[in-house]
Amino acid sequence: MRITRYAATMAAVGLVLAGCSSDAGEQAEEAADNTVEVQENVDFEAGTTMAELAEAGSITIGTKYDQPGFGLLNPDGVPEGFDVEVGKLIAAELGIAPEDITWTETVSANREPFIQNGQVDLVVATYTINDARKQLVDFAGPYYVAGQDIMVAKGNPEGITGPQDLAGKNVCSVEGSTPAQNIRDQYPDAQLTLFDVYSKCADALTNGQVDAVTTDNVILTGLVAGNPDGFELVGKPFTEEPYGIGLELGDTEFRNFINDVLEESFENGDWAAAWDRTAGAITGEEAPEPPQVDRY
Amino acid sequence: MQFYVDNFGLFRDAFLTTLSLSLLGGLLALVLGTLLAAFRVSPITPLRGLATFYVETFRNTPLTVVFFFIIFGLPQIDFVIGFFPGAVLAIGLYTAAFVCEAVRSGINAVASGQAEAARALGLTFGQSLREVVLPQAFRTVVPPLGNVLLAMVKNTSIAAGFAVSELSSLLPRLVNANAGELVLVLIGVVVGYMLITVPSAFALHRVERRVAILR
Amino acid sequence: MSTPVLFDLPGPKARARIRIGTIVGALLIAGIVAFVLIRLNGNGQLDPQRWAILTDPRSGVPQALGEALLRTLQVAAVGMVLATALGLLLAVGRLSDHAWVRAPASTFIEFFRAIPLLVVIFALYFVLPKFGLEISAFAALTGGLVLYNSAVLAEIFRAGILSVDRGQREAALGLGMRKSQVMTLVLLPQAVRRMLPVLVAQLVVLLKDSSLGFIISYFELLRQARSLVEFFVPRFGNEYTFQIYVAAGLIYIMINVLLSQLAKYIERRTRRNKKAAAVHELPGVEDGPTGTPSRTGLSTTTT
Repeated sequence: MRITRYAATMAAVGLVLAGCSSDAGEQAEEAADNTVEVQENVDFEAGTTMAELAEAGSITIGTKYDQPGFGLLNPDGVPEGFDVEVGKLIAAELGIAPEDITWTETVSANREPFIQNGQVDLVVATYTINDARKQLVDFAGPYYVAGQDIMVAKGNPEGITGPQDLAGKNVCSVEGSTPAQNIRDQYPDAQLTLFDVYSKCADALTNGQVDAVTTDNVILTGLVAGNPDGFELVGKPFTEEPYGIGLELGDTEFRNFINDVLEESFENGDWAAAWDRTAGAITGEEAPEPPQVDRY
Repeated sequence: MQFYVDNFGLFRDAFLTTLSLSLLGGLLALVLGTLLAAFRVSPITPLRGLATFYVETFRNTPLTVVFFFIIFGLPQIDFVIGFFPGAVLAIGLYTAAFVCEAVRSGINAVASGQAEAARALGLTFGQSLREVVLPQAFRTVVPPLGNVLLAMVKNTSIAAGFAVSELSSLLPRLVNANAGELVLVLIGVVVGYMLITVPSAFALHRVERRVAILR
Repeated sequence: MSTPVLFDLPGPKARARIRIGTIVGALLIAGIVAFVLIRLNGNGQLDPQRWAILTDPRSGVPQALGEALLRTLQVAAVGMVLATALGLLLAVGRLSDHAWVRAPASTFIEFFRAIPLLVVIFALYFVLPKFGLEISAFAALTGGLVLYNSAVLAEIFRAGILSVDRGQREAALGLGMRKSQVMTLVLLPQAVRRMLPVLVAQLVVLLKDSSLGFIISYFELLRQARSLVEFFVPRFGNEYTFQIYVAAGLIYIMINVLLSQLAKYIERRTRRNKKAAAVHELPGVEDGPTGTPSRTGLSTTTT
C-alpha cells in the first residue's frame, strides 16, 4: 500500500519534470561530432608492437575519467577529452578506428602495474614524466606541458598570489596526486584537504570549506570554466608537469613511433584541432605552442 | 621494513585518526541509537513513526551518500561543518540506525513478564524502560551491538573520500609516491585496521561471556 | 508486537495528551521540512530546470543512471547468491567435528570480518595482477563482496544452526541419519528460515556495498552518479551536483525497501507453511519485523 502510494507520487513528480527541459539536455543536442582520419594502408616491420596492434585492429588505452578537459566519461559512457583525442590520433596512425579502441580507466595507483602486466597498451592519463616512473615504464612525448597553479574564490578574498601565500590556509587537492605531494614537500605550512576527485574541491571552495584549490592549471581552467562567477585562477604556474604517454619499458620502437606521430600532429595541425575540440572547447583558450618531444 | 620505518609517522597519524573516528562515531551512534530504540517502542505514535522513518532511511542508503549530504548537502541549507566533525556525524548518524535495530531486538528479547511485572509495580513507561528492560536488553544486545560497532570501525574507510586522512587514504597517497610498494602499503593498512578490530572482537567475546545470563 | 507490554493501552486522558503531542510533533517536523525547503530554495536548489536533468533524455542522465542501476543489480545478484552459498559452507565448516575443517573456516571468517571491504576490493583488483592473475572490475567487486559477506553470513547461519533445539539434532541422529543428513535435512532448513530477516538485512548491506566499486572503476550507480557530476562540473559548475546525488540516494532507498518488503512477503508465506510454523512456536524465540531471535542475539553487520 505504502509503496504503491510512494511509487505513484514519484511517477507524478517524474511526469511533471518530464515536461521541462534542462540546460544540460539542450547543450547535449548541440554537441558537435569529432572525427579523426584513420590511416587505411598501414605497414609495419613484422614483430614490432605496431605490427601486432595493426594486425589485431584494436588497442587498449588507459586514461583517467575524472580530469576536466583531459579525460571525462560522458553520460553515454564514452570518454572525452584531450588525452582521449591524443590516444585516437595514435590509434589512427596504426590503422585503428576510434570505435575499435578499448578504453580502461587508469588511476594513479594502477598506471604502472597495468602497463607492466600488459593490461593496457598505452596510458594517456595526465601522466607526468619523472625519473622514478622512468624506472618502471617508458614515456613517449611530452605531448603537453602543464604547470601546477592555484584556484581561489572570485575576487581572491584571501589575497593568494602564489604558493608561498598558502601557509596556514586550507588548500584542496586530490589524495595520491603529484600536486598534493608537491605542496607537502615544498610548502609544508599549507593545510591540505584531500578528496578523491576535483569536483569535490570545487564544491568545497564554493562553500568556503577551503581557501584554495591546487593542481595542474589545465584542470583548474576546466573548473573555472564551469563556474566563472565563482572561481578565478591565480595564473602563475609554479611547476612544470610534462605529460607523457606511458608504454612498456624497453619498447623503443613503439616509443619512437609514437614520438613520430606526435611530432607529425604538432606540424599538420591535428594536435591543435584536438585541443580545440576538447580542453579548448571548455575553456575557450587557443591551443598553446606544442612542446618539444623528449627522445631520452 | 625500511619502508615502514620511513613512513612510520604517516601510519601512526592515520591509525590515530581512524581510532578517534571510531570512538567518537561509536559514542554518537550508541547514544542516538538507544534513544531511537526507546522511540520505537514508545506509546507516542509520531515518535514511533519518526524513529521508523529514520531507521529505514539510513539503513537503506549507502554510507557514501550520507557522507555526501553531510559534507556538501548541509551547506545548501547554510550549515557548513568541518570535515572531521562531519565524518563523525555521518558515521554516527548512519550507525545509529543499526544500533537502534540491535537494541530493539534486545528489548523484544526481554521476557514480557519482566515488563508486565514492572508495570504491575506501578512503574511508568520511562521507569520500566530505564530500570528494568534496558539493563537486561543491553546484555542480550552485546553480540549484535559488537558486530555493529566492528562494522562501523571498518566503515570509517569511507571518510578517505571526504578529506579525512585515515588509514585507507594511505593507499592512494603512498602508492603514488612509491609505485613499486603496493603490497607493502596494503599490508600496513590491513594491520592498522586489525590493531583495532581484533582486540575489540576479543574484548567483546569476554564481555559477552561475562554478561551472559541463562534464561 | 501484538499488545504492548511496556505501557497500558492509553485511556481517554492519555489519548488526548498523545493527540496534543502528535500535533506539536507534526508541526515541529513540518517546520523543519519547511525550513530546509526554504533554505534550499534560497540557494536555488529547487529550480525545476536543475531537476529536469534527471528526466530529460537528451542530457543522457536518465539512461546513464538506468544502466548503472542495472550494473549495480547484476553485481549484487551474483554476489548475494555466491555469498549465501559460501556462507552456508563456512558455517557448516566452522561447526565441523574435524579440526582440520574447523580451523581454516574460522580463520577465513575472522580474517575477512576484521578488514574493511574497501581494502579487500582494492587488493583483489590491484594486487592479484602482480601475481599474474588478471581480474576484471566486475570479478574483483563481486569477489570482494562475496569474501566479506560470506564471512558475516556464516556467523549468522552458525547462530541460526545453534539456536535450533538440541532435541531436533538428537532425534534425527536417533533415527539413524548421518551427520551430513542431519545438517542438510534438519538443521539448515530451520536455521535459514529462522535467520531470514537478518539474512535479508545483510543482503541489503551487500547491495549498498556494491557502491564501493567506485574504487576500481566499476560503474555502478554511485560511481556513475559521481561521474555524471564530474562531467557536468566543467560545463555548468555545481548546478546539478545536489540533484544527481539525491536521485542516486532515492534509487538505493527504493530498491532496498522493495527488497525488504519481498523478504517480509516470503516470511509470511513460509509462516503459513505447517512445518515452518513449528519453528516459530519454539519458546524464547520472538522476533519483530526485522528483529532477531533472542537466544542467538546476532544481528547484521553494516558496511
